[in-house]
Amino acid sequence: MTTTFVGMPPFPSAARTALADTQLRTNLAHATGTIRAKRTAVVAEIDDWEELRLAGAAIKDNALMHLGSHLVRLETALAERGATVHWARDAAEACAVVSTVARSHGVDEVVKVKSMATAEIGLNEALAAQGIAAWETDLAELIVQLGDDLPSHILVPAIHRNRAEIRDIFASAMGEVGRAAPDDLTDDPSRLAEAARLHLREKFLRARVAVSGANFAVAETGTLVVVESEGNGRMCLTLPQVLVSVVGIEKVVPTWSDLDVFLQLLPRSSTGERMNPYTSTWTGVTPGDGPQEVHVVLLDNGRTRALADTVGRQALRCIRCSACLNVCPVYERTGGHAYGSVYPGPIGAILNPLLTGVGVDEQTDSLPYASTLCGACFDACPVRIDIPSVLVDLRAQVIDAHRSAPGHRHVPNAEALAMRAVSWVLSSGARLGLAERGTGLLGRASTLLGQRTSPGVAVRWPGCLALGRRGRMRATCPLRRPSRSGAGGGAPPAAAPRQVGRERSFGHPGSHRGSAVIGRPVAGACPTVVPVLA
Amino acid sequence: MDLFVERVEDYRATVTRCAATDAAAVIGSVLGAGLPAGSKVVVPPDLPWEVVDGVVDSGLSATELDCFAAVVTSATVAIAETGTIVLTHGAGQGRRAITLVPDMHVCVVRADQVVADVPDAFALLDPVRPHTWISGPSATSDIELSRVEGVHGPRTLHVVLLT
Ligand code: SF4
Repeated sequence: MTTTFVGMPPFPSAARTALADTQLRTNLAHATGTIRAKRTAVVAEIDDWEELRLAGAAIKDNALMHLGSHLVRLETALAERGATVHWARDAAEACAVVSTVARSHGVDEVVKVKSMATAEIGLNEALAAQGIAAWETDLAELIVQLGDDLPSHILVPAIHRNRAEIRDIFASAMGEVGRAAPDDLTDDPSRLAEAARLHLREKFLRARVAVSGANFAVAETGTLVVVESEGNGRMCLTLPQVLVSVVGIEKVVPTWSDLDVFLQLLPRSSTGERMNPYTSTWTGVTPGDGPQEVHVVLLDNGRTRALADTVGRQALRCIRCSACLNVCPVYERTGGHAYGSVYPGPIGAILNPLLTGVGVDEQTDSLPYASTLCGACFDACPVRIDIPSVLVDLRAQVIDAHRSAPGHRHVPNAEALAMRAVSWVLSSGARLGLAERGTGLLGRASTLLGQRTSPGVAVRWPGCLALGRRGRMRATCPLRRPSRSGAGGGAPPAAAPRQVGRERSFGHPGSHRGSAVIGRPVAGACPTVVPVLA
Repeated sequence: MDLFVERVEDYRATVTRCAATDAAAVIGSVLGAGLPAGSKVVVPPDLPWEVVDGVVDSGLSATELDCFAAVVTSATVAIAETGTIVLTHGAGQGRRAITLVPDMHVCVVRADQVVADVPDAFALLDPVRPHTWISGPSATSDIELSRVEGVHGPRTLHVVLLT
């Protein structure tokens, strides 16, 4: 499990260092301010944005509820279209698949599309250990890679760098790994983009193996989707003969038409555009067009652990848009490195502990406290992940874990710890609207704690599962956004309304935490998500 | 239709409207105006419009494609609300690589292919085909989150809209 950077100090001390870096804070404030304004403008254009959010959350919740069968369906569809499907329980297994494929083609380099999943599993380092160079081709990832740096944002990993710093990195480092930057390179962003174009083009043209992630994987058709801006994704997905895509199992959506909701939510939330410049979809192998050998690695790496957490599982709805980072007052002041993970910001503060479990390392345990609980992240989230509630629940879990650990007698109060951790981040609590949200959350925290400790209390699925299947909504419910022109028919109504709004039994009724494992495929047998008791 | 044009132009792509019968002439003048003399143009098999001196793709390698300055294709669907054109890489559109490597993409869209919004487009599309959704020229927001046009994909997108 490598979701957090090895050796990173816990959030409070890392944040204190980051706060002292005024250049960092200036870069971040400028960048997040820009993106917030753009997002607000394009979201305001959509009258039924709230309904789209509800639909997005409902589709994801339903996909997660039947994850095992969707994954099997995905595997079958992919296989029918000529793709090879691999199942990886953890980072090591996923990295091994990619390096085996690369080695089987005798290559010493691969080109990569920006992918959170491959960053999470430490793929570049694993390939380097096998003598295979992994070239990042997304501009921000290139800046991070050439600068020998760590990513600090989901969408724009080099958000902490300004144009002058980027110019210096390009000028000094490009020549060492390929075509050097032009001698007269300036810090004009279009010149910097041009330098990246020239530097990477030779790599795109010669690459034989590419590695990608996927934003979505459609179970019914086996279609994978990559959403991007620069065209580096298209280069990787199109030109090499071999493509390996590492896809977290939570990326599955049941049907092709489900994508319409996400292709409206994602670009507006992410880069603040009506649509991102390029979206590519591919379904296995297309004869005569693009890669003729296609591999898909379905990655667990803690996702089934998160799924078993009745409060936290909603984090698996995340479409990695980064809106929650851009609105977060703590992130804006500390930057992404302080979170010590490829998943920084509010989503990182919940996803890392959910993937790895609490009570394992101090760094991860500190993350649920990296928040003021102001709720801006929930308001911005296109799939309505209630990050503050998950944070509160995780704080309780951290305390439980420490209470039960040998030698730990002193148990700090959760909220006291929370406030201590963030107090120095903020010069004024009032400025962040702490007062208005904090109190309510204390109340919610005790409710959650009550639920966790009272046997027999049914914990409801978070979010909006109660909305039912979106197919049904499309036909009968105003919450499903109708096509504005009236064209383009809807799916037929589901046969019967689904009974929802109750806990999925991943454990005893009322037990808070069960666990789920992905069964290993044995001799061609279908893997299944098997609920097991904690 | 006007919304589609406005939204495409918002991405700093260019739109030229013309009658279907003038398509070949307009394609010729767009290429002539946008490219230095002697530039090579690749076209997919079955392109419905004549492109003077256009080289028909016959499985050109990536390196060979890198010598072409422009590509001319048709589209499958266009989306007014988002200013998007969707290629599904069948007849008249060609392999994905030909619309990627050359620096200029001239895409011819018929008025009856323009739908209102994203759900309408999905209803018309076949998931088994590879898709490329294109909204303006290649761009990045990776430097201080300000949009800059022109990274790896075509830096010039010219839409010819047949009305
Ligand atoms: S938690 Fe929500 S807002 Fe944050 S990255 Fe995920 S989808 Fe976007």
